[in-house]
Amino acid sequence: MPRLVSHPDEVKIVTRRFGMGAEKIDRYLKLGGYEAAKKCLAQGPDWIINEMKASNLRGRGGAGFPTGLKWSFVPKQNPKPKYVLVNGDESEPGTCKDHLIFLHDPHAVIEGTIIAGLAIGAKMGFIYLRGEYRHLLEIMEMAVADAYAKGFLGKNIFGSETEFQIVTQTGAGAYEVGEESALMESLEGKRGIPRIKPPFPAVVGLYGGPTVINNAETIATVPHVIEMGAAAYSATGSPRNGGTRLFCISGHVARPGVYELPMGYNLKKMIYEVAGGIRGGRTLKAVVPGGSSTPVLLPEEIENLGMDFDQVGKAGSMLGSGGVVVIDDQTCIVEFALRTMSFYQHESCGWCIPCREGTDWLKKSLTRFHAGFGVAKDIDNIQYLAENMMGRTFCPLGDAAAMPTLGFVKKFRKEFEDHLNGKPCPFAKQNKSELVEML
Amino acid sequence: MSPNEMSPETMTLFSPQLAARFDALVLKYPLKRSALIPMLLYAQDEIGYLSDAVVAEVAERIGITELEVRNVASYYSMLRFKPVGKYNVQVCTNIVCMLRGAYGVFESFQEELGIGHKGVTSDGVFSLEEVECIGACCWAPAIQVNYEFHDELTAGHVPGIVAGYRGRALAEGTPTHA
Repeated sequence: MPRLVSHPDEVKIVTRRFGMGAEKIDRYLKLGGYEAAKKCLAQGPDWIINEMKASNLRGRGGAGFPTGLKWSFVPKQNPKPKYVLVNGDESEPGTCKDHLIFLHDPHAVIEGTIIAGLAIGAKMGFIYLRGEYRHLLEIMEMAVADAYAKGFLGKNIFGSETEFQIVTQTGAGAYEVGEESALMESLEGKRGIPRIKPPFPAVVGLYGGPTVINNAETIATVPHVIEMGAAAYSATGSPRNGGTRLFCISGHVARPGVYELPMGYNLKKMIYEVAGGIRGGRTLKAVVPGGSSTPVLLPEEIENLGMDFDQVGKAGSMLGSGGVVVIDDQTCIVEFALRTMSFYQHESCGWCIPCREGTDWLKKSLTRFHAGFGVAKDIDNIQYLAENMMGRTFCPLGDAAAMPTLGFVKKFRKEFEDHLNGKPCPFAKQNKSELVEML
Repeated sequence: MSPNEMSPETMTLFSPQLAARFDALVLKYPLKRSALIPMLLYAQDEIGYLSDAVVAEVAERIGITELEVRNVASYYSMLRFKPVGKYNVQVCTNIVCMLRGAYGVFESFQEELGIGHKGVTSDGVFSLEEVECIGACCWAPAIQVNYEFHDELTAGHVPGIVAGYRGRALAEGTPTHA
């Protein structure tokens, strides 16, 4: 079972019911559950959307798009059925927050989905989990069945004239399906390849109907925003970045875990105080701040860095999915870059040539490089390949593969050079013992 | 209809429970085809892999061609056209698990089971795979055996995990997918 952690600096809003048995509906109700949905049902769509706008809640999947604004894009007069689609395909390496939400608080996801449905006038919502989360799907299925039994879902939710149905399912192993248009394709029973935009899903989405797609954490946050009130929720975070965020701090820290901290919380403090610093008395070499696709940051770049969408963007990276991967001084960055690229090469859906070919070439170059067969011009070539993938694909996966590679090459060029001309990887264990023998 | 073709009303490859589940599944969505990926997963869980017969019956139930089923199934990493062990050990070696010793865990499984990546033990009880991120980064290194997670592992945990599943295989009789 995933270990739950806590720290005094945490502000527990989304995680406040974790570990309290809230997966059982009666317990969830005792802890104030479904009151937000009832309130939204009484207040109506315009009120809900205004509250969401005022809360400054921004999408937790990675792009950070304002949730209220996204909901307001759904055309009211469209005759086609509208849908809510919850993206729980959590697959960005370094990210495991939705895992805990589904495990500990499935009803928050259901309640958030109902509220999103009320806001846009949808009668149906889908909760899509990644295929590996089968045990979490079973928890969700149980929660959905309980919500139906209580009359919170169905033809007349909470005894009203309003209908809302929820369907849950999993994928079957594909990073690309975390991209919203590929997710819709997958839910329609197809290969998960992206659609060209525009039209955006808010206009033409699932089954051709207007669709709101939100990350599972965003959706699980919605009932809390309604409960607390938009102003109070927004005030928890930093300017234009409302509330808290589930930061997944992993890698070479003493106390890895999912911590709920206010938006804008200092990254250095997050690593050294919240997560207990670098394990084994080593020093910090680099941080990947928002999941594997975000460019790496150096220790000197995190000194005064507040973790919100705007500040991390200004620092040349992205807040992304909230996966903070901490790397110590004994780690080979070339190997890390190679493992990152192997992932993107494996997961590229093959639809857009720059991504399909680019990830493959980059993996080959990095493999050769790490094995000690690189030549000086390879370093520039890696950079050239990555730069030419940027902005040339249907979905952001091409950029997601290119951006971290550019970061590694630019910020750790010396380490790439140290692998040149048959030199052994300075960090490889076997090479170290060979060196000792040579001495 | 040729004698080789099966109609869901008359005969099915699947257990009565699963067949009933599939009957309900196709009605759950605005479009029948949306049931395809869940159906393939559940079929694979029961039969062990997507055999030709599974592909044919799923195509029939959804109302699409077998080629379309294969086209979709081949896209997804978890769907397979060949049998694996009764317990499929999936070791995540993605960045965070790698930082925390996943390759040591993977090597330990290789030694303990005597098979490599995508290998199956001769008794059909185990198979082994190196996989991409499984969403357990804060509890790394992590693995999945079928759908069960094991986290915060070291190479030292591996013999115990293998022994545990071997015991379960013995208690449950011969492996079904060998």
